[in-house]
Amino acid sequence: MLNIGGLSEGVVIDHIKAGGATQIYNYLQMDKWDTQIAIIKNATSKKMGRKDILKFEGPANVDLDMLGVLDPNITFNIIKNDKIVEKRHVRMPEMVENIIKCHNPRCITSIEQELPHKFKLTDPEKKIYRCVYCDMKYKEKP
Amino acid sequence: MRHLLNPLDFSVDEVQYMLKLAQNIKNNPEKYSHVCEGKKLATLFYEPSTRTRLSFEAAMLNLGGKTLGFQSADSSSASKGESVADTIRVISCYADIAAMRHPKEGAPMVASLYSGIPVINAGDGGHNHPTQTFTDLLTILELKGRLDNMTIGFCGDLKFGRTVHSLINAMKRYDNVTFILISPEELAIPQYLKEELIAGNFKFKEVRQLEEVMGELDILYMTRVQKERFFNEEEYIRLKNSFILDSKKLNLAKKDCYVLHPLPRVNEIAVEVDNDERAAYFKQVQNGVYVRMALILILLGLDKVVEF
Repeated sequence: MLNIGGLSEGVVIDHIKAGGATQIYNYLQMDKWDTQIAIIKNATSKKMGRKDILKFEGPANVDLDMLGVLDPNITFNIIKNDKIVEKRHVRMPEMVENIIKCHNPRCITSIEQELPHKFKLTDPEKKIYRCVYCDMKYKEKP
Repeated sequence: MRHLLNPLDFSVDEVQYMLKLAQNIKNNPEKYSHVCEGKKLATLFYEPSTRTRLSFEAAMLNLGGKTLGFQSADSSSASKGESVADTIRVISCYADIAAMRHPKEGAPMVASLYSGIPVINAGDGGHNHPTQTFTDLLTILELKGRLDNMTIGFCGDLKFGRTVHSLINAMKRYDNVTFILISPEELAIPQYLKEELIAGNFKFKEVRQLEEVMGELDILYMTRVQKERFFNEEEYIRLKNSFILDSKKLNLAKKDCYVLHPLPRVNEIAVEVDNDERAAYFKQVQNGVYVRMALILILLGLDKVVEF
């Protein structure tokens, strides 16, 4: 069993699909943080087989629910005073900006680089996001 | 300020009002011939589309207004790298309303975010073409006297055909409409549209032969297999002649099954069909002008100037 030092205050982002922690790390620009961060890749999971986990120290000064667009299955454990005070699933944001990119080669964003990539949650049940400009469904890879 | 980007931007009631206005203009064109005096329509066409552009220009001229614009990206500042946002901000200083055709999907939507004048989407890539959809609706309404209780067949390129996607979405809002989708497998409607038909419990079926379903149709909507929507020329050549309507096939249809086509056609409707009274595609072109006149009036807030 891998053991990383416990957090007295911080967040554990759990149930990240295996290989997905780097994307979240990059989105949150964690390379610029100066607090303790642990990335656990390919951890064994009963539910998922393999999963990634991200732990970081300190309060979450970012809207973690934005991560729902990258991985709708992740969960958060919020830790305060050595205790888990909140444990929940990510909530899918209604609208996201500049987190994911539209890969439709016919979309206006493919030629106008300065436009923000905006997506709207059009089907919360199926977790489908569509580009606000071209309506194309978001897919991780084109 | 109101824009028209997607046919669904107008509610069913608003569409009904707009179609009624278009019919009134059609019946009383002289009453509307000066309503837009002093107004200017900018036609911003980043890709050539003579028919749509001329239809918009004719609409504005019929209303007593004037037009200005460009016919291709090469003759606009886009060739110098100007963004859609900047172009529309500039054009807003010159004109009262704009119609934009752009090869990239969502370009008119971007324009609407920065525009000081109403923007009409005159076609954006394979995405939306609302004025064509409204033209189709007016033509169907005129020929059949209704938009509900209808079996409508779509034939040809249902994958890239934006007019098809838009008309399906528009017709889904009316009761008891059955969709029959006639295309080769390679040009079948996109999966997401099919999923939406299934999710909404709409009656539809997909077939590969036009002859199979001719007798069931109230409206047959033919489309061209468009070369510019393909990345690969070989695929285009293989599929372009897939579905051709000729008199022999039309003879299998009901006496009041009308044939629509957004035009231009290549060879998917044989010329012999033009003489059949069920060939409605040139009436459709005429209706396009009235629909655009009605839209210009509504978006400029001049629709109440003439009482009807």
